[in-house]
Parts: sequence; C-alpha cells; structure tokens
Amino acid sequence: MDDIAVTVNGRRRPLAGVQPQTNALDWLRQTGLTGSKEGCAEGECGACAMLIATPSDDGGTMWTAVNACLVPAAALDGQEIVTAEGLGTPEAMHPVQQELAAAGGSQCGYCTPGFACSMAAEYYRSSRVAEVSPESGDSDGWTGPNGFDLHAISGNLCRCTGYRPIRDAAFALGAPEGDDPLAARRAEPAPAPSHTRLETDVGRFIRPATLDAALAELAAHPDAVLVAGATDWGVDVNLRGRRADTVIAIDQLPELRAISISDDLIELGAGLTLSEVEHRLDGGVPLLAELFPRFASPLIRNRATIGGNLGTASPIGDTSPALLALGASVVLVSESGEREVDLADYFTGYRTTVRSADEIIRAVRIPRPLAPLTAFHKIAKRRFDDISSVAIAFALTLDDGEVTTARIGVGGAAATPLRANATEEALVGRPWTLETVRAAASVLGSEGTPMSDQRASSEYRAVMMQRSLVRLYRSTAPERAEVPA
Amino acid sequence: MTELAERPIDPVVGLHMPHESAAFHATGAAVYTDDVAATTPGVLTAWPVQSAQTHARVSLDVAPAYEVPGVVRVLTADDVPGINDAGIKHDEPLFPSEAMYHGHALAWVLGETAEAARLGAAAVVVTYEPLPSVVAVTEAIEAGSFQGATRTVHRGDPERALAEAPHVFEGVTQMGGQEHFYLETHAALAIVDTEGQVFVQSSTQHPTETQEIIAHVLDIPSNGVTVQCLRMGGGFGGKEMQPHGFAAIAALGAVLTSRPVRLRLTRQQDMIMTGKRHPFHATWKAGFDDDGRILALEATLTSDGGWSLDLSDPVLGRALCHIDNAYWIPNVLAQGRIALTNKTSQTAFRGFGGPQGMLVIEDILGRVAPLLGIDPAELRRRNFYEPGQLTPYGQEVRHPERLETIWTQLRARSDFDARRTQIAEFNARHDDVKRALAITPVKFGISFNFTAFNQAGALVHVYKDGSVLINHGGTEMGQGLHTKMLQVAATALGVPLASVRLAPTRTDKVPNTSATAASSSSDLNGGAVKDACQQITRRLADVAARLLDADPRDIRFSHGKVTAITQPDRAVAFDELTGIAYHERVQLWAAGFYRTEGIHWDQEAMRGEPFKYFAYGAAATEVEVDGDTGTSRLRRVDIVHDVGDTLSPLIDLGQIEGGYVQGVGWLTLEDLRWDESDGPGRGRLITPSASTYKLPSLSEMPEVFNVSLLEGAAEDGAVYGSKAVGEPPLMLAFSAREALREAIAAFGPPGHSVVLASPATPEAVFWAIEEAERAREAAEVAEVDATGAASSGDEAGPTDAAASESPPPGPVLAPLARHRR
Repeated sequence: MDDIAVTVNGRRRPLAGVQPQTNALDWLRQTGLTGSKEGCAEGECGACAMLIATPSDDGGTMWTAVNACLVPAAALDGQEIVTAEGLGTPEAMHPVQQELAAAGGSQCGYCTPGFACSMAAEYYRSSRVAEVSPESGDSDGWTGPNGFDLHAISGNLCRCTGYRPIRDAAFALGAPEGDDPLAARRAEPAPAPSHTRLETDVGRFIRPATLDAALAELAAHPDAVLVAGATDWGVDVNLRGRRADTVIAIDQLPELRAISISDDLIELGAGLTLSEVEHRLDGGVPLLAELFPRFASPLIRNRATIGGNLGTASPIGDTSPALLALGASVVLVSESGEREVDLADYFTGYRTTVRSADEIIRAVRIPRPLAPLTAFHKIAKRRFDDISSVAIAFALTLDDGEVTTARIGVGGAAATPLRANATEEALVGRPWTLETVRAAASVLGSEGTPMSDQRASSEYRAVMMQRSLVRLYRSTAPERAEVPA
Repeated sequence: MTELAERPIDPVVGLHMPHESAAFHATGAAVYTDDVAATTPGVLTAWPVQSAQTHARVSLDVAPAYEVPGVVRVLTADDVPGINDAGIKHDEPLFPSEAMYHGHALAWVLGETAEAARLGAAAVVVTYEPLPSVVAVTEAIEAGSFQGATRTVHRGDPERALAEAPHVFEGVTQMGGQEHFYLETHAALAIVDTEGQVFVQSSTQHPTETQEIIAHVLDIPSNGVTVQCLRMGGGFGGKEMQPHGFAAIAALGAVLTSRPVRLRLTRQQDMIMTGKRHPFHATWKAGFDDDGRILALEATLTSDGGWSLDLSDPVLGRALCHIDNAYWIPNVLAQGRIALTNKTSQTAFRGFGGPQGMLVIEDILGRVAPLLGIDPAELRRRNFYEPGQLTPYGQEVRHPERLETIWTQLRARSDFDARRTQIAEFNARHDDVKRALAITPVKFGISFNFTAFNQAGALVHVYKDGSVLINHGGTEMGQGLHTKMLQVAATALGVPLASVRLAPTRTDKVPNTSATAASSSSDLNGGAVKDACQQITRRLADVAARLLDADPRDIRFSHGKVTAITQPDRAVAFDELTGIAYHERVQLWAAGFYRTEGIHWDQEAMRGEPFKYFAYGAAATEVEVDGDTGTSRLRRVDIVHDVGDTLSPLIDLGQIEGGYVQGVGWLTLEDLRWDESDGPGRGRLITPSASTYKLPSLSEMPEVFNVSLLEGAAEDGAVYGSKAVGEPPLMLAFSAREALREAIAAFGPPGHSVVLASPATPEAVFWAIEEAERAREAAEVAEVDATGAASSGDEAGPTDAAASESPPPGPVLAPLARHRR
C-alpha cells in the first residue's frame, strides 16, 4: 500500500499520506503544485481541471480533461496526469497558455490554469486538426476555423472576462509541433489500470482487478461505497462531509467496459464514461446523441459513467429519462448471479433503487429497433453545464399518421425519474394530430408531482412538460409551425 | 490640459499590454494567498462553527472539540484581547453571542488538518435560544426593521409637478442581489515573525482596514501588524470589507498558538457567510409630458442590508445619486433606507448601489415607453442631460454631449435602424421566437462619495543600475491595476517597461491606503506613482543637465534615454545617469502622494460635487427569446464606452466585456434565494453553491461582441487623461434586460407594457410572455367586440393623465407568486 504512485508532469510521485477521501486536487496542492485551484469543489467550475492519459481507439493515448476535485487521489495510482505547470512555464509557455495570455484571456487568473488544461485536451484531440478547412467553423460559432470545439471549455467558469478573449485564444490555436512531447505521448498506450489497495486508519480504497474480485470485496464489505467516475460521490465527500470505511472503484473493470451492438440489443458497459459512450455510439442512438452535449460538461462526462448515473438514481440525472424512453433495462450482478431489471421498475424512491447492497450495475441494455421519432428536451437556466429543472425524453413510432408506440421519460417531476404512462396511453392508437397532442400534452403536464425549488417553480415545470410535447409535434410538422402553444 | 493629464511623446501608457501576470496565470505559477499556505510547514487550518438557526442567542460548549484528534485550539470571544468586532461600526462581533443569520460563524476551530478542524467544529455543542427573524425585505418594511440612517435627495417640487404632469405612472421595482463568486474564496494566512510582528497574507481589497481590524482585535498598534495582498482571484467589491474578520481570526490563532494559521472558506461557506450585492425594493411615481420628457420622480428605495451595516450606507447613497442615470429629471424626491434582515451583511459589489439606482429609472422608462407610445430608444435619448444641467444632488454634469456622441456612434456602428427593421420582419414571420434590439446609456460618477478616501500613496525605488521597483496602495484583483501602474511608472520615468517591477501590496510599504474600489484606483494610485516618479526625474534632471550642459527644464526622459530638447543628438542612458546620481548623493527613491482635487460632499444633506467626473457609455444588445421556455440568447452586443484616453487598451477592453457579462448575469441569470417560509429551513440560503447559483458560462457569451472606446475623450482631471473603467460597464447590461422586455412585448399586443422580474430568468421571462400573450388575446377579443372603436388594452391609456398605471399585485420580483392563482 505504500508504493502507490502517479506520474505527474512526467515525474513519478508517491501518493504519500493519501487518505481514501483525499481528492486529487488537495493532493496536488499539498505536493506544491498549487496551479490547480479549488473554485467550487463540486465539478462545476473547472478551476481544478487536469489532463489524464486515457486509452484512445487506436491503442494509443488521448489527453482527457477532468475535474481534479472529484477524482479520489488513490484512483490515480499508476496513471499519468498533467497540470498547468506541466504544460509550460512562464518562460516557456505551452501554445494554449501563450494564446490565453496574449489574448487577454486571464484577468484575475484563478480560473486560467483550468482553462489551459481543458483547452490543451482539445488542442491534442487527434481528430481536431483533421477537421480544419477554410470553411470549417459552424454557423452558431461553436467550432472555430481550427476545428476547436468550444464545448471542450464549457465546464470552466470565468467570472472576469466574459469569455470572448478565451474563445479567441482557443480559435487561434494551431496544430501541435512535431517535437511536442504531449503530442508524441499519444502514440504510446495509456497506462493500464492498477489494482490498488490503500488502507489507512480511517478507511480503505480498493480497485479490484476483475468483476469477481469486486463482487467478493463487496460481499466482504456490504457498507462499501461503489465509485466509478466519483462525480457524485466526490461532491458528497467535499461538500457534505460524507466518508466511507470502504470505497471500491469499479470504473476500470474490463467486464464493465464492453459495448456490444446486435440487431435486437445494444449493451453498454456500466463503467464506460458518458464521453466514451457518446464516442462509441457515434450518433447510433439519436436520443442519446441529443442528450450528451447537454449533460453537465465535458469535464464531468469524461469521468461520469452511464452506470454511475443510474447508481446514484438522482431524479434529475439526465440519462434516466432518456433511457426510460428507450425502454432500457439494467443488468445487475452479484456473487449469486445476474438479473435484468426494466429501468421503469428500477427506481423505488428518492435516490433508492431495487439494487441490493451486494449488486453491481454491470450494463445497460437498450432494445432495438429504436423508435424512429425521438427528442430530448432539457429545461435549465443555462444552455450548457447546468442541472435540469425538468428533462423530457420522447421515443415514438408513427405509422401512417398514427402513434403506434410511445415511451416518455421525465426527470425533475418527482422523487424518481418516471415514465409518463398516462401520456403514453393518451397517444398510442391515436392519430398524430394537434388535437391528440394537445390532449396528451395536458396529461403530460399533470404527470408526476413537480416541486418548487431554487431551480424552478412547480408550475413552470408542469407547463414545460406540457409544452414539450407540442414542441415535439411542431418539429414533425414544420409546415404547421404556426401552431399556437 | 492639466499637467496630471498631459502625456509625453511616445508614452508607455496607451500601449496594448497583456495583464502583467498573464504568463504566470496561464501556467499556474501565479501565487494566491492559500497557495502560500499549502506549502507552509506546520500550518494550522481554521474552520468555523456555524449557526444552524437564523436568529438566536447562543451559548457554546467547546470541550467536545478537544476530543477530536488533531484539534489544537478553539477560538471564542474569551480569547479576544482587544475589541471583539470584525468591522469598524461596532455592529459586527467577531465572535457573536447572538447568531444573526443562518450560517453565522460563532467560533473557529484550529486543526492540524482541514479534516480535523472540520470534525472539531462539528463537535462543538451550540445551545440556541431562538429569536424572531426577519428574512424578506418586504417583511422588514412591514415590521419597520431598519438600520443606519435614512437619506433623501430632493430637488424642485415633485409633488406639484406630479399633480400637474400629463402622464403619471407608478409601480414597484424589486431586484435581486448578486453573489460575487470571485473564483478565489476568502483566504488569509497569518504568522508571527521572529520580531513579533503579526504578518498576515490576505485576499483583501483593503489591506489597511484589514490591518486596523487585526490590530484592534489583538489590542496592538497598527505598526505591529503587516498585511500583504499578493493578488486576488477576483474581488468585485466582495473583499472590500468582508475579509477583515477572517484575517483577524487567522491572526488571533497565530498569536495564541505560535503557529501559522490559514483560513480559506469553502465555496459554500463563502456563499453562506459573506455579503453580496444588496437586493433593493423600490416604489416609484413618475410624471412625463406629452413628448415623453420626465417631469418628476418620487421614489422610495429600500435596500436589504442584511444583519449589519457594513457598507450599506454609502451603497444606498450611491444608489440615490444614480437614480437619474443619464437623464435630466427636474423634480426629484428620492428617499432611501436600509432594511435590517437576518441574512448575510450585504456589501460592495461592482457599481456599489449605482446599478440598483439606475435599474429603477431604466425599469420605469422600459415600462412606460409603450404606454406613452414612444420608441424606448427615442424616449431615453430625449431625456439625456444637456450642458449646464445639474444632477439632483447639485453637481454639474460635465461633458453630457458625450452621451449624444456615443449614442449616435453606437446606432451607426450597430446598424441599429436596419437591424430593427429586420427584427420586425423576423418577428412577423415567427410566432414562437421573438427578437429585439435595445439600446441603453450609462452615466456613472467616479470618486468615493466619502471624500477622505480619495487619496493614495506610492513608493518608487530606482536602484543604482537603473532598475525600478514600484509599490502602491492599490491591490490587484484581475482588473489590471498593476499593469496600468507599471505603464504609468515607465511613462513617468521614461524607461522601458521591462526595467520596472512591481512588488506586492503591503501595508509596511505604503500606509493608510484606501480600499481598491470605486473604480478609482488607477486615478488615485496612478496619480501617486506619477508623483513619486516625477520627484525622481526632477532630481535626475539636475544631474543630467550638468552632464548635457543644458537647462534642467529642457531634460526629457524617454525609453531609457535622457536627452535635452536643445541637443537631441546627445543622450545619456537612464541606467548610467542613475549610477552617476548615486555618486552625487542624489536620492533615487521617492514616496508619492495624490489627492483628488475639487470634490466635496455633504452626506447629511446629500448635496455637493462628490464626483471628479462621469464615465459614459452605451450598449445595444440583440436578444432572441424562445416563447416555449423563456430561454434567450445574446445574438449581438455593440458597445461604445468612454474610458478617457486609455492607459491600457487590452485591460480596458477586458473590463468592459467582463463587466457587461457580469451585469447580464445579475440581470438575467443569477438568482439568490433565501428560504422565506416559516418552515424549519427559514432564513437558509438555498442557493449556496455553484450547482444551485448559476453565473454566466460560455454559453451565455454574446455571439457577436463589438466594443469600441470613445475617441478623443481625454479627461482633464485624471492621470494621463484616462478615466475609470472598473464599474461603469456593468450597467451596460441594462440593454440586455431592455431587449428581453421588448422581445417579450413582441408576443403581446401593440403598446403592451412588460413587467419584468429581476433577475429575468428564463422562468420569469416565460411568465412575462404568458402575460403578453394573454393581453394579446384580450386585445383581439376587444377589437372584435369594439368593431373598430379605439383600442383599449388592459393598461391605463397614455392620454389618461389622472390614471396611474396600476402596479401588479405584490412585488415585481414575484411573478411566481402572481402565477399561483
């Protein structure tokens, strides 16, 4: 347990004095790498962003930006990370740092190292440069002429600049030079997962090698907290002072990282991050493709797993409504075997589910064929990097102008994510007309028991649900765009 | 041109410079207060014991904390050798016996680690004797819960003018506060050095006051305390008064334990414990003539001060002094008072009450324009100040013609009229999405209202090798003050920028400083730096004159060369001259001082000339609003702003853009909510984190953002002809709020007056659209019924002089309440 270590900015450093609850940010700062800052300690601001070496499709490495405040330091055992200090120095700045500095991209400077790391991840994205063309850059300004996708920095908050100079810095970046060591590093494989066992007088952090080993640990420590990306657990630790005797990390279990697509089923390993699922599906599930860009920020999606989002069972987690609409099921595994639970039957109450303490979510299954008409409507204050006031996911089949199947998932309307069963009934077997939609919309507006909180009033949530179906209808009938709401 | 404002040929001021620390920021090498603590051996961490009740007498049992491993000391009121007060008004006990708000720090635990201190704080047993609480500002008004003085700005005979005005409107305007959300939370690190000096690093905008409060808490003179501020990760006013108590806790802990003590608030602690922009409640009555000229305004402003006064009094004063914004109002009665509520003690925030005062008049103009049948852009312009007119508090408005110039330039540069036409066409084609383009002006007074604060000092050292080290009393929070001061020093000494270094702000270098606040730090500290540099160049000129056989008055310093204008081909290098001067026993360093001339203010009468000058600007913002959700986008923003003759264009551009976006956050997104119910959570801040309180992110950035600086705008009364820039641009964001209002109106019938909450969140916008659509339906029905009779909406007709526009039931901030039928 004393030999756990991580490579930081090219130098191997022992993870000395680390406790199971110590996050990577606090540990980095203790080692003197104080360029990483704590702005919120809940993964909202990106001031602690760092780069971590993760496997790429071609067997090499990609530099992935994550929030250091939410990563348990022990989870870095055997990994390679880079901080702003590792990108460059004041005397020899990295290109992203040069551009940020020259463009007026820093004022108080506190968010800047985090921006530099998020920008560097996008700078090194191997498919970015391939996209460059004189005409590249999308119409709404989110992709630069250099192929830089601004979404890459949408999880970083700046209170000073108003972002325009940061955008200009990002769009001014060229391609990595031939002798760039971080670019060169991409050709080599990423570090393999370590099988970590850290025990201290306050608790233990275990990263088992296999699913069987994980299940055995779970059986031995029934109160253990299972973590994958730790993007929810990390918030509990940092903000709510929660601690666990035993933390079991399952995100690197090979059994949880598979993806398979057959004619009648898509199976997603629960340990895949949302970014990995997005990348691997490559638009193959349009509803999820619409969802992912609206889910938190890349800094979160690069760590948060699809299984984790169901494991925390938050009523405002955005994958749940989408997966409900897709008719997904959850594969739960324990030492006594495997079972499959329809997601609609999975949630039992506020952050509670049918999963028993000895079970791990192994995979999520989405039946095929997919319904042809899908949409994901997220209502939030901010367009990006926000939590839903209410989220509605639709999956409908229309046949000859009639609704033949309908599944609607709703988040933010009750203590659990829910299926809008009554609304579905009001649609199925009826013609897809404004009359049907209006009648069903008023049903949808009364589904669940939305509450009033700091994000939205219950009335607004209900009206947004109601309007959502009308919006979907309008999108299918553009010639009838003048439909009154 | 005054000597202060005059620029030499080829100055370093005015050059396009990145922030002096930019390379350090980007590489993580820039050090902030808690970064020092992270690498300080043996440092203890301080953690607060916070009140779990909103208002209660409290008693503490700290013994259980000592059972927690790693707890070293619990600090309580008994430990204070001096005055138990975190402020200067004796109303902010550092260790209170009465919890005044939910989360109020009652005691502090020092631990070997943050974990130990946190667990120790949790172990302290607090016994509460609950007291009644006042949470909402409306509750305070009803209960008569006020603090501090009331203030009145009065001119003319508004009562009579309103009685005679052809059009009179009245209403209520309520606006939310704003969390500073500086990315770096409050932080302090204290040590007692080998000589017994208490040395405190603090993230503070006001090192001198931090020093004074530490001194009175410790009962030692100011010369026993040194406060240093390396730099801040943002301040925005939130670190003007609020850091003192935290620094005093760290200092007290260091004295009592003889170990370094660090205190850094977590984001939640910072949001729950520290003051914010004041929410305001305003009732108003305004009279207009048939051409839309304002005849009179009566208004009562109630600021929500929170549990103690802090800076509420001067904030209220500035609000009252800005209720006119850019407009001539002949008859005014503006009264102000400060509510005492059981919430965080609200404090300075960029604009310092100015934005709240200006929002009242802009809200009035935005609401009445449709009722008067006048385009809001024209209504605003028609009421601009003209030369010779005075503000309601009696100060002549100098350069009001700049408003007209800026307005005209902005309309042209933003292609205002053509885009308005395009927008009308777009809106005619779209029922579900509407656009609007609105333009609003800013006039903002520069100087501290409190006259004594308008002074500054600087210390400039020239070493024998010609290198220069400057210190001044201002602090760096990202606004680029240090960059500007380097440029001022390089200009005044005539040396390359590279030969000037700036050392961190410390109270043992420059004493008795004013807060870095009120946008005035470049004016004040720039004046002091320039004064110090000129003392040195005057002495050096004598030496150079002898070397160059010239008259000292003919000596010029520029870019490291010293010449006489009479002999341009002969020169002596600056770094050579300094060596020679040293050997001639000439003093190569100087202390500079500056005081703003020609200002005075009678706080009781609220009359005088408190401002050295006014900063002007205007913005034109186009928004698109989605009728289904109330969400909106900033499609394009154009700004023309008056920064005088810029000291540093990149810095000024950053202040303008950043201020605008921060203002948009205040007005459209950032929604502070306290639990105002009678439930168990009453008084709790329910938006205490980044996940519940949303500031603008990249997705709120204007898609097109064009900023230009007004040209030919040198200001005679400030250093090198420049003007302050920190605060005024925040108020350019009113154009976004007014554009939202006009876009919402486009969902309604012609002439529909939109009542809009502040912040105009997507939900608030949505309900305003619903109301507009209801009005349209009602108007259509009425039109059918009346078969061609004069249209009559549900608003009071503009020709009905006696009738008032009836305010909506309840405060304007409560569309939710109104919606709950």
